[in-house]
Amino acid sequence: MSPAASNTFETIADIIAETASVDRAKITPQAHVINDLGIDSLDFLDIVFEIDKRFGVKVPVEAWTEQVNSGKAPAEQFFILGALCDRIDELVAAKQG
Amino acid sequence: MRLEYFEMVDRVLAHDATTLTAEARVPDASPVFEGHFPGFPLLPGVLMIEAMAQASGWLMVARSGFTRMALLAQTREAKMRGMVKPGALLTIAVELLQESSGYAELRGVLSEAGRKVAEATLRLQTLPFPAPELESAVRARAAVIGLAA
Repeated sequence: MSPAASNTFETIADIIAETASVDRAKITPQAHVINDLGIDSLDFLDIVFEIDKRFGVKVPVEAWTEQVNSGKAPAEQFFILGALCDRIDELVAAKQG
Repeated sequence: MRLEYFEMVDRVLAHDATTLTAEARVPDASPVFEGHFPGFPLLPGVLMIEAMAQASGWLMVARSGFTRMALLAQTREAKMRGMVKPGALLTIAVELLQESSGYAELRGVLSEAGRKVAEATLRLQTLPFPAPELESAVRARAAVIGLAA
C-alpha cells in the first residue's frame, strides 16, 4: 500500500466495521473482503455506497466485475483490502487530476 | 393498480432527472383482499413498498434512456404509517439520492390525499435488459402509464 492508501485503509476499515458489523481487529490490508471478512454482495453494496459518499467517487463495480469475469483482472486486485484501497486512491487521484 | 399482475403504477404525473411522481388507484376488489384481511381489506405493506420500488424503477429506466432495467435490491427504513383501503387514490413520489455503478438509492413516499401512508429508502440494481421480450414489455407498459421512451 502507498502512504496515501494507509489513510484510505483506516477509513475503509471503519466503513466495513460499521456497515457490515465486522470485528475491526480482523480488518487488515491483507484481508480478502469476501473470503476473510465474510462480506456478501449486499454488504459490499452498502460498503461501496459509503465509499462513494466519503471519497466523492463512483466505484466502478460493474467494470470491475466485468474485468474479473472476463479474466482480464484477478479478483484479488479488487477484493484484497490493501489493493482495494489502492484502487480507491486511483479513483480519487483521477477525479482530482 | 392491478395487484395480481404487480402493476402498481397507473400513471406518471411528472418526472425529471432525479424525481418522479405517479398515481395509482387501489382496486375496489382483488383476491389479495380476501386474505388481507377477511372483512377488513387493506393494501399489504409489502405492496406499498412495491409501489415505491416500481416508481423508483421507472425513474431509473427513464434515466437510462430505456437501456437498463431496475430491480429491487434492498429496502431500508421502511415505515407503514397509515392503512390503505380499497379504492384509495395514491400518490407515489420518489427521489434519487445516490447513483452508483449499477446501483441507485432512492427515497420513496406514498401518500393518500396529502397524508403520508408509507415511506422507504430503496436500493435498486440497474442492468442492461436481460431479455428483448422484457425490454419490449417495459416500453409498452411505459407508454400505457405515460412515461415517454
